[in-house]
Amino acid sequence: MIKFNKMSTGRSLPPISTASLPDIVFILLFFFMTVTVMKNQNLLVENTLPKATEIDKLDKQDRIIEIFVGQAKDNHNTNLGNEPRIQMDNKFVTVDEVGDYALQALSVMPEHLRSVATVSIKADVGVKMGIIEDLKKRLRLVNLLKINYTTFEGDVLDN
Amino acid sequence: MKNHRVPQEVNAGSMADIAFLLLIFFLVTTSIENDAGLNRLMPPENNEARAEIKERNLFKISINDNDQIMANGEILELPRLREKVIDFIDNGGLPMQSREYCDYCKGESLVDLSEHPSKAIVSIKSLRNTSYPVYVSVQNEVIGAYNTLRNRESLRLFNTTYESINSDYYNEEITDNQKEKLKESLEIIRALYPQKILEPETINN
Repeated sequence: MIKFNKMSTGRSLPPISTASLPDIVFILLFFFMTVTVMKNQNLLVENTLPKATEIDKLDKQDRIIEIFVGQAKDNHNTNLGNEPRIQMDNKFVTVDEVGDYALQALSVMPEHLRSVATVSIKADVGVKMGIIEDLKKRLRLVNLLKINYTTFEGDVLDN
Repeated sequence: MKNHRVPQEVNAGSMADIAFLLLIFFLVTTSIENDAGLNRLMPPENNEARAEIKERNLFKISINDNDQIMANGEILELPRLREKVIDFIDNGGLPMQSREYCDYCKGESLVDLSEHPSKAIVSIKSLRNTSYPVYVSVQNEVIGAYNTLRNRESLRLFNTTYESINSDYYNEEITDNQKEKLKESLEIIRALYPQKILEPETINN
């Protein structure tokens, strides 16, 4: 039988110091702490965004109003059907309610941000333009004119 | 004799464990936000303003229910759309002796395309059954066409691309002085090729 511990019987190697391990872990920890954005919405709809190349970053989260559009996820409710649904404020809303919810989201924003508020439309790739147009019309009615078609970065030909 | 008493060291062995716990918590809760997209500004709802525009200054893009794209009466594929839009915007169709002649345009001065970039309007029309990714792609190509032209002029005037000026401008670490300068250059370029994209309301068929 081969002895594996032949070497260690004599001079044993010095143990590897783990003193710097906390430091390494802390660096990782701080990295994740800084990049983390806590999810404040549970996605109730399918949400695979289309791809685009000429995109601008939406880096300031405090002035964004999010609207999700997509088919209802089937694990929630099977009787919701296949039509695209709109999710705002963590629940389904109808097209007619979009304006109200958008105004509500606007009213909790600090005053100086209201004029620069942007509506981020996060629509699934399976959505048709009809519902998007309705949405845009409602947003125009409440004078929220800055919109952003939120996308992934990628070649448009893959869409 | 006091110096002999060495204070008891705190055992830091468990620090790694605590840090690991926190790390794992943040790892699990992290969703690195991908928030980026195409910014658009919609016209206000009650706009009564009407403007007469010449046929040649309007570039009509329509997308039908089968996601086919038609641009100025011609069915084409998405990859060719960008060059078509560039040709249209950059046409510079006025004669050289005209007062509004576009001296930085490099287009072919065709009679059926735009007179001047500041007059060129792109309209994107979709139907209710047009799929959203196709619409976004078309928007993307039109914005891409503008960005290409703006980059060209920016390279000519300021020796950097429009995109780099734009990203520098939104960089937090620059001084106000620099910011002012960048803003000026941005405005110059934007004035050369102003983005005029119309999104008329969908008509039910």
